[in-house]
Amino acid sequence: MTTKIAPSPAAAPPSQPRRFSINLRQSGIYVAFALIVVLFTVLTDGALLQPQNISNIIVQNSYVLILAIGMILVIIGGHIDLSVGSTVALTGAVCAVLTVQWGLPWPVAVLLTLLSGAVIGAAQGYWIAYFGIPAFIVTLAGMLVFRALTLTTLGNQGIGPFPDEIRSLSNGFTGGYLGNIGLGPLGGADLVSLLAGLACVAGFALSQWRKRSARLGYGQTVDPMPVFVLKIVGVAVVVMAVVVQLARFRNLPWVLVLLAALALGYSLMANNSVFGRHIYSIGGNLQAATLSGVKVKAVTFWVFVNMGALAGLAGVIFAGRLNQAGPTAGMSFELDAIAAAFIGGAAVQGGVGKVVGAITGGLIMGVINNGMSLIGAPSERVMLVKGLVLLVAVAYDVWTKRRA
Amino acid sequence: MSDEILVMRGITKRFAGVTALHEVSLTVRRGEIHAICGENGAGKSTLMKVLSGVHPHGTYEGDILFEGEPCAFNGVRDSERRGIVIIHQELALCGQLSVAENLFLGNERARRGFIDWNRTNHEAQALLDRVGLRENPTTPVNDLGVGKQQLVEIAKALSKEVSLLILDEPTAALNDDDSQHLLDLLDGLRSEGITCVIISHKLGEVTRIADTVTVLRDGRTIETLPAKGLSEERIIAGMVGRDLEHRFPPRTPDVGEEILRIVDWTVHSPAQPDRKVVDGATLTLRRGEIVGLAGLMGAGRTELAMSVFGRSYGVGVSGRVVKDGREIDTRTVRGAIDHGIAYVSEDRKRYGLNLIDGVQRNVSAAALGKLSSRGWVNENEEYTVAERFRRSMGIRTSSVSTPTGTLSGGNQQKVVLAKWMFTDPDVLILDEPTRGIDVGAKYEIYSIINDLAAQGRAVLVISSELPELLGLCDRVYALSEGRITGEVSREEATQERLMQFMTRGQSS
Repeated sequence: MTTKIAPSPAAAPPSQPRRFSINLRQSGIYVAFALIVVLFTVLTDGALLQPQNISNIIVQNSYVLILAIGMILVIIGGHIDLSVGSTVALTGAVCAVLTVQWGLPWPVAVLLTLLSGAVIGAAQGYWIAYFGIPAFIVTLAGMLVFRALTLTTLGNQGIGPFPDEIRSLSNGFTGGYLGNIGLGPLGGADLVSLLAGLACVAGFALSQWRKRSARLGYGQTVDPMPVFVLKIVGVAVVVMAVVVQLARFRNLPWVLVLLAALALGYSLMANNSVFGRHIYSIGGNLQAATLSGVKVKAVTFWVFVNMGALAGLAGVIFAGRLNQAGPTAGMSFELDAIAAAFIGGAAVQGGVGKVVGAITGGLIMGVINNGMSLIGAPSERVMLVKGLVLLVAVAYDVWTKRRA
Repeated sequence: MSDEILVMRGITKRFAGVTALHEVSLTVRRGEIHAICGENGAGKSTLMKVLSGVHPHGTYEGDILFEGEPCAFNGVRDSERRGIVIIHQELALCGQLSVAENLFLGNERARRGFIDWNRTNHEAQALLDRVGLRENPTTPVNDLGVGKQQLVEIAKALSKEVSLLILDEPTAALNDDDSQHLLDLLDGLRSEGITCVIISHKLGEVTRIADTVTVLRDGRTIETLPAKGLSEERIIAGMVGRDLEHRFPPRTPDVGEEILRIVDWTVHSPAQPDRKVVDGATLTLRRGEIVGLAGLMGAGRTELAMSVFGRSYGVGVSGRVVKDGREIDTRTVRGAIDHGIAYVSEDRKRYGLNLIDGVQRNVSAAALGKLSSRGWVNENEEYTVAERFRRSMGIRTSSVSTPTGTLSGGNQQKVVLAKWMFTDPDVLILDEPTRGIDVGAKYEIYSIINDLAAQGRAVLVISSELPELLGLCDRVYALSEGRITGEVSREEATQERLMQFMTRGQSS
């Protein structure tokens, strides 16, 4: 233990900028992601970043990314959920029964499916939070039970096809409501997509600006102006590059719009809500949280309810993408979601992790999958590389922690 | 063979700048029961760890002569090979394994790598007979009470052909019958020629069974006395004979009306639901008052505090908590906090802080509701609050986002205090508020405690250090074996008086 001496008791004057430094432990994941993208762009002669391929990566990984958002919260709370793959299958089957067999209108069916996911989460959350069985055991049991219920529901065969609305939620794109505009050498691009991208960038810049002003108002230290501008420009360039490519292909995938909303909402929830804070405090030190009056059991319970509901959403999207609910849907999705969370910087002991990190972790695996199949690597080699990436990512995290 | 089985000379042991033992000497004669007495933190357990090799040779200064030969133990196995066996306060048994398996753990009765179960159980039965424990050797240890487990430990020591048996607080967790049985057993072992060193807080037992008493204080040997005809008062005088320096900030008490009354509070142990850890305790706190709670290890101080604070400890809790004349519900931690009670744990790393999170989020952890509206936290307000406490309490950290795990003990304690001050409590229970903190930081913590009282809050300080209670408190309760055995005002309080109350057992 070291005693750190503050530079002066009166703290630094508010306008004095903090010295710019890169926190490698936190930003390492983003640097790694960028390097992987560059690597596969070179290896595939640029095919990785072609408009259609970018669209494919997003659509193919959307359900794992949705699961990763729920999983990171579970892992921050110090638990694990092995049942999400089976939950995806079961909720997909529920959705199929509701729409195909019962003919319910699609919004009602989707809502009921999410609810059934939440009920599944609640059932597991009860045993974990209130009965005190380790999550590993409860969700391992759930993995078997919900797979069995899927088979019972489907009678060992697929149900489909799904209504067009559900299919387009998984596979579809926003319409060309305002037509195309020419982008010179890049050819025509969808105006709505471009405007949406610009609106996102503008919104991001505005919210960052307001946050910065508020922090200055409270006398806190902030990034110096050039760094601040650089960060915003960096984000804007990456977002617009992706959006332009998508606009040149077939506009924005609906599932990307959904993912963006989820990422934003859950990031805010994790960082700024009382509930999110309580998840971190439980994972960081369970006893201290209990003695600070955090309702540990209720928080744990709702984290699993949330995981179940998100698994239900992933179930709808996966079933809609295949246009049928099958008995083997969602096999080993739980492992992809868990790997995404740990590659994204979560700690095994809990208390650490970010929603954006988990999404980046999921995208790293998605890019490796996609890039390796583009260069024609056999699937066993893809599996090998993904396994090693997981190991290296966590080893790096442990190493930086030990050095600190 | 010489008459002295063990001679320890000039033992000095330092931990990271703190001298735990200073030139301690101890001479034990063959075949006697030798008691070591001293306050918590006097260095008794450290001395025994040096002897048994838990602190290996080379990490301390001084000489150990056992059976006349110099010893250089590098671990417990070395000392056990020479016949020195230590039984710690926390029993080291594997609860799921049988009595016989525990007896020969690490020392298995085996043939070519396979356990010889007949021999194991047969020899185990013989050992159990020797310590007078009528149990089947195949019984899992968890099915035995603490008293019987203690006997299993002794039987395990006998299986290793012990010549010097060290017992650290063997009766602290035992009821009267079990204690009596244990003392009788030690008496029997003495007649078999086994030498015993016993560390005990129960001076009644010490004067009854020991042949010789050595008193330690502040890591030094004070005196070695023959136990025959020795009075408890004489031992206490040796244990506490220390003058109070100017280690406490000045304070003028301004004590108001009663704010909290704990009535007839009884708590049972979760491990043994028939044992009372706190037994009918009644105490009152007044506004602006600093009240001490004195008691030796195992007296039930922390258990009392934690059971009041949201039933965080114990089973079968009964009694009433009355605040401002009305009975309040403190069955949940949240309820206790909402009624203006705060509890600062004795173990800040385990129970107080989220070590991987920053100062700011730790300070707000118990009262996030005050910083949020509709479930959303205002981080800027939170920063302002943390910054305010950092300045007012002098928390030395480079920023309020620094993880608390990297701060020094004194600064960590200030963060925990800030967390509870931010809940704006009327009553603060501080459990060992200065444990593991250097002298300078202690003074700062005392100043903070004085300020809290001056704001009209009531403070209950639990401490093992009697001088701390005398220097800080307006009134001190003494707790012994779960009962309030005395209440002393600041004017009447002396260390001797408190120690008499604290060692007043129900049996002696």
